[in-house]
Amino acid sequence: MNNYVISSSPHLRDDSSTKRIMQDVCIALLPAAIMGVLYFGYRSAIIIALSILAAVVSEWFYCKVSHTKVTIGDFSAVVTGLLLAMNLPSTVPFWMPVIGSAIAILLCKEIFGGLGQNFVNPALAGRAILSLSWATLMNTFATPGLFNFAGVDTIASPTPIGAGLGGNYTLIDLAVGNVPGTIGETCKIALLIGAAYLFVRQIITWHIPVAFIGTFAVCYLIATKFNVNETLYQLLSGGLILGAFFMATDYSTSPTTGKGKLLFGFGCGLLLFIFRFCKSAKAEWCSFAILLMNVASPLIERITYNKSFGEVKKA
Amino acid sequence: MAISQTLFGGGVHPKEIGNGKQSTQSLNIVDLTPPARVTIPMSMHAGAPASVCVQLGQVVNLGQKIGEANGVISAPVHASVSGKVTVIGKCILPSGRETDAVTIENDFEDRWDESVAASAHPGEVSAEEIIEAARTKGIVGMGGAAFPTAVKLDTSRLDPKPDVLVVNGSECEPYLTSDHRIMVECAERIADGIVLAMKASGCQKAYVGIEDNKPDAVERMKQVAKDRFEVVALPARYPQGFEKMLIYSLTGRKVPNGALPSAAGCVVLNVGTCEALSRAVREGRPLIDRVVTVAGRVNKPGNFRIRIGATALDLEDAAGGFMDGITKIIVGGAMMGNTIPNVNLPVTKNFGGLVTMAEEGHVPEESACIRCGRCVRACPMKLMPTRIDAYARHRDWAGAVAAGAKNCMECGCCTYVCPAKRQLTQSIRMAKALARIKKL
Repeated sequence: MNNYVISSSPHLRDDSSTKRIMQDVCIALLPAAIMGVLYFGYRSAIIIALSILAAVVSEWFYCKVSHTKVTIGDFSAVVTGLLLAMNLPSTVPFWMPVIGSAIAILLCKEIFGGLGQNFVNPALAGRAILSLSWATLMNTFATPGLFNFAGVDTIASPTPIGAGLGGNYTLIDLAVGNVPGTIGETCKIALLIGAAYLFVRQIITWHIPVAFIGTFAVCYLIATKFNVNETLYQLLSGGLILGAFFMATDYSTSPTTGKGKLLFGFGCGLLLFIFRFCKSAKAEWCSFAILLMNVASPLIERITYNKSFGEVKKA
Repeated sequence: MAISQTLFGGGVHPKEIGNGKQSTQSLNIVDLTPPARVTIPMSMHAGAPASVCVQLGQVVNLGQKIGEANGVISAPVHASVSGKVTVIGKCILPSGRETDAVTIENDFEDRWDESVAASAHPGEVSAEEIIEAARTKGIVGMGGAAFPTAVKLDTSRLDPKPDVLVVNGSECEPYLTSDHRIMVECAERIADGIVLAMKASGCQKAYVGIEDNKPDAVERMKQVAKDRFEVVALPARYPQGFEKMLIYSLTGRKVPNGALPSAAGCVVLNVGTCEALSRAVREGRPLIDRVVTVAGRVNKPGNFRIRIGATALDLEDAAGGFMDGITKIIVGGAMMGNTIPNVNLPVTKNFGGLVTMAEEGHVPEESACIRCGRCVRACPMKLMPTRIDAYARHRDWAGAVAAGAKNCMECGCCTYVCPAKRQLTQSIRMAKALARIKKL
C-alpha cells in the first residue's frame, strides 16, 4: 500500500511567484530604460548594466558571507539595480552606480533582513545617499538628443522643474522625455506604458499612484489658482511619474491594505507638493517624499488594519 | 424580494488540473453495488460521537440503528448494509482522528429494517415530526461540517427566530460536482426537503444559492421551486459556498464574528442534506449512503452513490483506478479537504469527494514574504493573513488572536494566491488550535 503525501489544505496554488513579479517589474521598466538610452547615449546603457550587476553581486556576496540561501534568482536585486540606474543622471562616473547599488542592497536591504524586510526603498535610499554625498555629480544633467549615441554634450543644464514654466520646454517635450533628467524618469509616455503593464498583470493596485498624483495635482491646482498648464507641467516633470508608479508602490515599504495605500499615496503627494512649491525645485524631492513616507508606512499600516467581515454590531 | 446580490470581497478562481468539474458535471450519478464489508465510524458528525448499540455477531438489517446519539449535539448511526457484525473496534477517519467503528459483513440481501417505513400521513407532517425524523434518522450536514440537522431545524429555543432558510447549492470547491448532479437529478426531492425544512424551522423564506457555472442546475431547481422558494444564480467565485459568504450574497446579512448563522436570522442547509431530509421524513430512510465525486488524476471520473462505511478503495475501483504517479489523495475538495495516507479509510456522511493529484499537489518551498498584499485582498473575511502568520511564526498566539485568527474560516485563498508560496492557512490554523488549547 502506497503512502501518500499528507499536507495541510489548500492543495492548489496559483501560478504566481516572487520571481515572476520581479520580472514583470523589470519588463515594465524596460520601455523607459530604452528611451533613456536613446536620449542620453551609450553611457546610460553602461550605467544600467553596472548598476544591475553591482546589485546582484552585492546580494550574492551578502548571502555568502551570512551563510544564508542565495536569493539572487528571485530578480529582486535586478529590480533594485535597474531602478537605481534609472534614477541617476547619464553623466555620472561609472563608479557611482556600483557604489549606489552596493549601498542599496547591503545597507538598505540585506542588513535589515533582506527581501520584504527593508524599511526604505533600497533604490531610492541609494540615490539619496549618492545625492547627499556627491551633490554636484548627481545634479549634472545631459541635454537629450535622440539617437545621439556617440557622445552627449554634458552641460549642467537645469531640469524642467528647475527651469519652470516658460522655460525652454513644452509639455510635449516633457511627455516624450526630450528634456534633461535622470536616465529613466524623463520619458513619461514610456513610463505610463510600463505602468499600464503593471496594472494589467495586477502587480500594483491603483491606490498609491492615484492618491499620490491626485493629491499633488489638487494641491498644485489650488496653490496656483487653478493654473492647469502649470500643474500639468509639474506633473510631467521630475521623478513624479516614475516615483508614483514604480517607487512608491514598492511592496515592502508601503502598507498592504487599500486604506493604508491611499493614506500613503496622499502623504507622498502632499510632501512632494510642499517640497516643490515651498522649497527649491530640486530633482530629488520626489525620492525624499517617498522615503519619508516609507518610514511612516508601518505606522500607517497599524492605523489602517482591515475591519474583518464579521465585525458588525451585535443585535 | 429582498435579494441584495451583494458580493463578498476577496475570493479566488482556483484552477483545476487533471479531471475537473468539466469531466463529471454532465455524467449521471452511478449507483455502486454495496461492498462486501462496511466499517461504519461512530463519529461522522459535529458533536459527541455515538455509542455502539449492537453486539458482536449480531445480524443487523439495512437502516437499523447501530449507534446511539449522545446528548443534544450528536447523531445516531445506522447500518448501511444488512448482515452480521464482525468487528466492533476502532477506525481512523479521513480527518486523521480515531473513533469507534462497527464492521458489518454484507449478506447482500439489503433487508430493510422495520423502523424504515413510509410516513403514515404524507403531506401533513408537523414541524415536530420533521425534526424528530431528522434526529432519529441521523441526518447531518453533508456539505462538510456535518452539524446535526435536527439541531439546526429546532429553532424553538432561539429568540428572535430565524426567518430565512439558505440552501447551499453553490459547490464552489474545484473538482466537485456531487451537489450539482444531485440538483439536476433529484431536484424534486430537494424541493420537498426545502419545504419540510422551512416548516420545521419556521422560516418564511428560502433561497437556493447556486453558482452560475451550473446553469442546468439553476434551471432545474427553478422548475421545481413553484414559488415556494427562490433560486438565485450567484457569480462563481470560491468561497461562495461558505456559510457566511452565502448568507451575505443571498440576504445581505453578515454573521457576526464568533456567532452561528442563526445570529443573522438564517438556517443553512446543503442541497444534499435537503434530499436526505426529504427521504427521512417521507420514506423513513436513514442516512445510509451519499454521492461522492471522484476526480483529479483518475481514469474514469464520476459521481457515485456509495454506502456509508465503504472505503475509499471502493471509490478508486469505481473510478477505474488512479492514474500513475499520483502523490496525494484528498478527501473533500482541493481547497479545504484533508489528505489521507492510503485508501483504507471509510466513506463518512460528510465525505464530499475524492480528488487525486500528481505534481499539482506538490507543496512548494516557502520564501520570504514580500508584503505584496495579495493575501489581504484575497481574504473573504477581510483579515490580514500575513500579519496573523507573522504572529504565529513568532509563537505569539495572543497576538494572532488579536489580529483576528479566530475569524479565519481556513478557506485557503491566502495560501492559494501567495507568490512566496507561504503556508499562511496552515500557520493560521495552528494559531487557532493553540489559542483553543491555551484558552486565549
